[in-house]
Amino acid sequence: MSFETPDDRRYLESHEWAEERDDVVRVGITDFAQDELGDVVFVELPDEGETVTQEEEFGVIESIKAVSDLYAPVSGEVTVINEALFDAPELVNDAPFGEGWMLEIDPDDPDDLNEILTADDYDDQIA
Amino acid sequence: MPLQTPPLRGIHADRGAKFTEFGGWDMPVEFDSIRSEHEAVRTDVGKFDVSHMGQLHVTGPDATTLMQRLTSNDVTRLDVGASQYSTITNEDGIIIDDTVIYRLPDEDGEATYLFVPNAGTDEATHERWIAHRNEWELDATVDNRTDEYAMVAVQGPNAPALVDDVIDGSVRELDRFEAQYTTIEGVNCWIARTGYTGEDGFELIVPWSEAETIWLTLDCRSCGLGARDTLRIEAGLLLAGQDFDPESNPRTPYEAGIGFTVDLDTEFVGRDALGAIDEAGVEERLVGLTLIDRGVPRHGYDITNTESRVVGTVTSGTMSPTLEKPIGLGYVPVEYADPGTTLQVVVRGQSKKARVEPLPFIETV
Repeated sequence: MSFETPDDRRYLESHEWAEERDDVVRVGITDFAQDELGDVVFVELPDEGETVTQEEEFGVIESIKAVSDLYAPVSGEVTVINEALFDAPELVNDAPFGEGWMLEIDPDDPDDLNEILTADDYDDQIA
Repeated sequence: MPLQTPPLRGIHADRGAKFTEFGGWDMPVEFDSIRSEHEAVRTDVGKFDVSHMGQLHVTGPDATTLMQRLTSNDVTRLDVGASQYSTITNEDGIIIDDTVIYRLPDEDGEATYLFVPNAGTDEATHERWIAHRNEWELDATVDNRTDEYAMVAVQGPNAPALVDDVIDGSVRELDRFEAQYTTIEGVNCWIARTGYTGEDGFELIVPWSEAETIWLTLDCRSCGLGARDTLRIEAGLLLAGQDFDPESNPRTPYEAGIGFTVDLDTEFVGRDALGAIDEAGVEERLVGLTLIDRGVPRHGYDITNTESRVVGTVTSGTMSPTLEKPIGLGYVPVEYADPGTTLQVVVRGQSKKARVEPLPFIETV
């Protein structure tokens, strides 16, 4: 089975993606990750205004069969969370790179993104 | 220790299954999605490879005595083609395992039984039977046939129609917990109207080498152990090693809500202890829980009262695909066991409001 890995984003080994959008970085989990988890039933996210630290936990995602921590691709302040996931966590399965995004971070240092995996690196990891 | 592989491992892999270790077996946990497999069983029909379940065969002049003295229910009530849910208890009345016992047609004029212990327990159970047979000087043959038989469950409201189409004869007359020999595509199998989902359906015990024919002939959705787990939790059915465990979670059948498997008028290992408990009453009981707050109860999470004092532990939990609510099973003191009682489940350090619910969570057959 092959998974989509858009090359306009950066990745963590723990399967989160990070997309630079103007002044913020949008974060979600990859297609591979949602497939591994199976039906997502619950997402726990930080409040807006909280700070997160690169490669540290920022939340939890649960599928029917598994509980998994979520890790921040960059350090910074959470500017917005995707509240749609509270009522429709299945969006993570349906559109992991789109409507299933989780939060946006105002990064302390935009260079954080250059320290994490490229799409090619990530593809090699999940191959 | 290498994992045991079910005879259908290759077919499942080709079908795109994900696998998990369960009771020492490498079993399919999910084919497409747990949710869609679950829904197929609740509304239509689905099939499960449950070849990890054990099969022990007992026959001989003292077969009935041996079965009677090692299981809690009354096997003398079983006519040929009947089956019963039962437990195997120790001297203290603690459940070692739960099982379904089938009375097969007599062999060489002697009563003959096939019973199904849980995955990974067949060898210990076989040893237990042999040891007691020798100790009690009974004349019975006990064979572990786990590696000779595959087991396939076909479950759901449309299971009778599907199975009726492919077997020689009809299953319409088969009542709940009745069983018989039949043939499907020329393959001899033992078919029983039993299951572990809360739905109507059948379990088929078939020769290992013929499992593929049976599996492919039953043309319906392939379901994994993931859906089997969500279905059985909704139906309030216990999972050995999780909802009870002689080491980590010792429970009597009364605590576990399966007192109906205990017949105190029979003589069996654990009978005296259970008689005393039956008289005195239990201190804790298995209950159903739904979370009112957002979150999912999981095995091992604390249950607290409204003053946040720990009163119990969640033994099984999931997001119910049918009810679209977080549900769980767990043991609490009897004063908290009445449906409607407000409790809390501690999810990652946070107390989530929960309510005691009657079991099963859904309507079952």
